Amino acid sequence: MSAAVRFRWGPTGVGVSLAFFVAAFLVIPVLKVILVAFQDPATGTFTWVNFQDFFNTSLFRESFWNSLYVAGMSVLLASSIAIPLAYFTTRFNFGGAVLIQTLGVIPLIMPPFVGAVAMQLLFGSNGSVNLLLDEHFGFTLPFMEGLNGVILVESIHYFPFILTNLSASLANIDRSLEESAQNLGSSGIRLFRRIVFPLAMPGYIAGASLVFLKVFDDLGTPLLLNVNKMLAPQAYLRISSIGITDPMGYVISVMLVLFSIFSLWASFLALRGRDYASVQKGGGGLLKRDLRRWEKSGAYAVILLILAFVLAPHIGLLLLSFGTVWSFAVLPDAYTIDHYLRVFETSSQYITNTLLYAGLAASIDVMLGTAIAYIVWRTGLPGRKWLDYSATVALAIPGVVLGIGYLRLFHGWQVPFSEQPLSSWWVILVIALSIRRLPYALRACVAALQQVSITLEEAAQNLGATTSRTVWRITVPLMSGGILAGFVTSFATAAVELSATLMLVGQQSDAPLAYGIYVFMQSAAGRGPGAALGIIAVVIVGLGTYLSHRIIEQSRRLRSSDRVIGEVDPTLE
Amino acid sequence: MSDSKSVSVKLRDVALAFGDNLVLRNIDLDIGAGEFFAFLGPSGSGKSTLLRLIAGFGPTPSGQVLIDGEDVARLPPWKRSVGMVFQNYALWPHLSVRRNVAFGLEERRLPAAEIRERVDAALDVVGLRDLADRHPSQLSGGQQQRVALARTIVIEPRVLLLDEPLSNLDANLRIRMRSEIRELQRRLGITTIFVTHDQEEANTVADRMAVLNDGVLQQVGAPMTMYDNPVNRFVARFLGSANLLDGETAAVPGGRVLQTGGALQIPLPDAVPEVARVTLMFRPQHLLLIGPDSEPASGTIRFTGHIQQREFLGNLIRYSVTLHDQTILFDQIHQLGAPSLTVGEQIELALPPDQARFLTD
Repeated sequence: MSAAVRFRWGPTGVGVSLAFFVAAFLVIPVLKVILVAFQDPATGTFTWVNFQDFFNTSLFRESFWNSLYVAGMSVLLASSIAIPLAYFTTRFNFGGAVLIQTLGVIPLIMPPFVGAVAMQLLFGSNGSVNLLLDEHFGFTLPFMEGLNGVILVESIHYFPFILTNLSASLANIDRSLEESAQNLGSSGIRLFRRIVFPLAMPGYIAGASLVFLKVFDDLGTPLLLNVNKMLAPQAYLRISSIGITDPMGYVISVMLVLFSIFSLWASFLALRGRDYASVQKGGGGLLKRDLRRWEKSGAYAVILLILAFVLAPHIGLLLLSFGTVWSFAVLPDAYTIDHYLRVFETSSQYITNTLLYAGLAASIDVMLGTAIAYIVWRTGLPGRKWLDYSATVALAIPGVVLGIGYLRLFHGWQVPFSEQPLSSWWVILVIALSIRRLPYALRACVAALQQVSITLEEAAQNLGATTSRTVWRITVPLMSGGILAGFVTSFATAAVELSATLMLVGQQSDAPLAYGIYVFMQSAAGRGPGAALGIIAVVIVGLGTYLSHRIIEQSRRLRSSDRVIGEVDPTLE
Repeated sequence: MSDSKSVSVKLRDVALAFGDNLVLRNIDLDIGAGEFFAFLGPSGSGKSTLLRLIAGFGPTPSGQVLIDGEDVARLPPWKRSVGMVFQNYALWPHLSVRRNVAFGLEERRLPAAEIRERVDAALDVVGLRDLADRHPSQLSGGQQQRVALARTIVIEPRVLLLDEPLSNLDANLRIRMRSEIRELQRRLGITTIFVTHDQEEANTVADRMAVLNDGVLQQVGAPMTMYDNPVNRFVARFLGSANLLDGETAAVPGGRVLQTGGALQIPLPDAVPEVARVTLMFRPQHLLLIGPDSEPASGTIRFTGHIQQREFLGNLIRYSVTLHDQTILFDQIHQLGAPSLTVGEQIELALPPDQARFLTD
């Protein structure tokens, strides 16, 4: 970055508007929630009494420990799936590696709550697997009993976060670090434990803390599995049944935010100053070796077993969406397309609403993301780092908390020219979605901007282009691949967002897909159409994700041809 | 620190292919016990591959790798006790200097007290005991280099391998480290193989060296011998500036001559084999300028040409001189106040016959 940064009005204006937006729709609602948690509901004065009430109520204490237990166990279970898979893919040459890498997109394609009911039908006490086990072996396994169900569903959905982060870390380890250990007499598991895994630790921690955070904050999965004694469901139930004046919902929100920030902070600490990948140069990648025949079949067996578990919710959902009646049976009794017809006839507004909301939210996200990225990395605007931090902190704000904050903050206001309260207006839902997905878009935009060499911009300015002309003609076009990828990621994840949606939907006709799935799945009769909606959501999101992968690949290929310019290999003789 | 007996390294008909690509061919080489040996070659010549092969990295080669008479070609790296210092040092960033150095001893399950003692001793040898608790990222390049050395010598390896150990250092530090390494090797008496693409580096430190090109061993010998008596054009050029004049041999009364363009006729010594084409090789600094009133000794090879270019190199002035249809280089030591020649000027140069080499490859 250039050392002498002049004060300019353009960026300042943009920066102030950005700060205003982030403050109005993220910082202030969250602060409001925290404030209310510390206020006496009657007098409005500062008090600890709400927190005392929280810890004096056995239901809340139990919910608190349950949430911690479920999040911790999910990290453990997800790790025990992800670590062997990461080891296989980075260490050996075999076709299964491609299969494993594609697992990485699964949590993006389908959030856990969508498949939860299908998992109940497959693994529940009267589910397919237990029926088969009982019939052939005379015993059943409590896969889905109480908290087990939440842990199982969450870990098979979120383990790819650990897998992709850990694999990336492993792939970045310079092979000479491993070779020098071998040279000094180390090998096998010992080498992995002493050198390879510690070096990959930052990636592991980043993935694990993300899993912890996602599980701790998840609302939809426990609700659909009928596990209410956890923090997020309690917050939702208090607010939706007792109302927005009940302080308990706010206290729980503060707990959720605290633990989410704590896990983000833990991953930040783990990553800080440990960018091992860039310490070394040359080499690249762990040593790979070929598998022997028996090893290969063993590896495939493990991977196929894991894959069967991971795809179970998707397969179950598909069966459910085409099945007539499925109860106390290994498979549905018969198959039909009626559920899809019903969905398209009576509930197509869910689909159009979703496309509209997610499209708008993603557009807002990339605009904010590009602007914030530019201001943070290319200007000297005072306080610019705070813009970055506060936008990123949205990661640690659970949807329930944001929802509660909006309800509290905007319930007294009215939509212009109508009697409707602002907090149930669909535009507020779009803003909530965009705030929730802003960190993803921002990260994509920052990555794209960092790949644009500053000399390309300087060259434009040298030829007479002003700052804003340079941004429009050089910077943004060069960032377009990353911006598009950020759009698609935001769109895909916003399309299936449930927790804030659940709080903010005012009326059925304004509701998006995720809400529809949730409503349908509540009743046994609605499961078929609910599953059909789920499949539609998966198709929309899957298409989006596929597109973003294609776009990223394409821009990477373009970029690699740019690389030649201006870079001369210093080792050339 | 150690007086373990030095061992020899012998390569017998070693060849290696990456897929269909043959990267090393029929390497036969004997490295004596306690010798400081260099592998020298341009990038892609296979010198690093050869070094890694001795350490046990890369695909299994054909042929034998004998260390102290024992064939280790099929042993995994961790069973060879061949210490290697990597080009990028490969210090583990998550371990302190002390833990890095202790690693190999810990792998050998030595008692903690002995590990401590030996690590301290090794750090003393490289002069870094004060920095033992730092992490590698807190060290300068030269310090990292020393830690890498300490980490390797602490296990008292039978052979020490250095893969371009100086290439990541700046010019001044490189010269200092190279004499430090040489000094350390003398003290430990350990058989050492050093890979470099820099002939000056090899010349200054190596007892003997091997020049590689395209996976083929070109020549093995002491640096000065090889500089003076290269076996082929590649070695002649790689070890320093060389003038190479191609020509055909012809029989004349009283012996044979080499005829090059421009009707130069150079008498060939009897030792040169009877082949049709021969190359005359000589170094630019061996040419003498023939002044207007000096007459060179008889038997001197004489060249007449025009100065085409002049480069000032500090200690030397290098002239490109066009003969009839070839160009040769002529180096003149630069002295204060000495007049230099001008471009376009016609000059006459003499080459004493004992400075001429005839290459027949």
